[in-house]
Amino acid sequence: MQLGDDLVGFLDRMSTVINSKMNKIMDKMEDPRETLDYSYEKQLELLQNVKRGVAEVTTSKKRLELQKAKIQESIDKMDVQSREAVKIGRDDLAKTALERKVALQAQAQSLDMQIADLNDQQQKLIAAESRLATKVESFRAKKETIKAQYTAAEAQTKITESVTGISEEMADVGMAIQRAEDKTEQMKARSAALDELLESGVLEDYSGGDEIEKELSKAKASSDVDAQLAKLKQDAGK
Amino acid sequence: MIVRILGEGQFEVESSLADRLNAIDNKIVEHVNKGNQKEFKNDLAKMISTIKEKGEPIDPVDILPSDIIVPPEDLTLEEARKVFRGEGLIED
Repeated sequence: MQLGDDLVGFLDRMSTVINSKMNKIMDKMEDPRETLDYSYEKQLELLQNVKRGVAEVTTSKKRLELQKAKIQESIDKMDVQSREAVKIGRDDLAKTALERKVALQAQAQSLDMQIADLNDQQQKLIAAESRLATKVESFRAKKETIKAQYTAAEAQTKITESVTGISEEMADVGMAIQRAEDKTEQMKARSAALDELLESGVLEDYSGGDEIEKELSKAKASSDVDAQLAKLKQDAGK
Repeated sequence: MIVRILGEGQFEVESSLADRLNAIDNKIVEHVNKGNQKEFKNDLAKMISTIKEKGEPIDPVDILPSDIIVPPEDLTLEEARKVFRGEGLIED
């Protein structure tokens, strides 16, 4: 901050970053009369980009939510199986099911955090889109006024003012889109890795739980047989 | 004065708030230098909440340049380092 402090603060650096982005946006504008129209065109492009950004974040979020639902299903299954195992006295099977459940819960937790993160990005981008849309409309009206009412010299000042103001907004929104994209890219990679795990069977062990199921029904059948045998013996003894 | 929180729009705040923001800003510089992740996050969050608490959001219809630009709340320490190295937040 340039507030009488000699220290070059973080906020100063941040302004430098944004200024250099703004300059890049404004550098391309040479002829002042064309500047307004050119900037407006760029604003409309950026507005399209934000919309695409929102759609992308939404898709990524849905994908993670689907994975989360799958994992939750498996957690519920492990839960049922561990209870059944305890009922028939197979603590070993119950333990295996619980171990798997805990591992799946860790996955679910990490997915929850990523979903919350994406949700945050989504809400922020939607708000940024709405702010930018309002500003673009406001700029359009201003641009027509400037063209119609001011002399060349006066117009120059007005043009600089409004183009500087809107360029700052554009630099901000452009950065927000880029960061959201980087985030969804990272999550896409992680989510693809998780899909691969689910498919390859590493997690299948955790999620399918088919062997536990088999063991359980075997154990159940044998305890049925024992019970019937006991009954037969009882009957014969009579 | 007008403050822009990146990704969240602009706020009008009293100029008297500048000292307070400046103090937090200096702390943030220290945290980045020392690599104190947790303190960095806390103070950045504090700066942003102070602005939101004390400031009024500016109507998006108004097209105004900002006096101060504040990074987004989810900025990582690594990203902050990049800002200090003059590399910007993201690649151009």
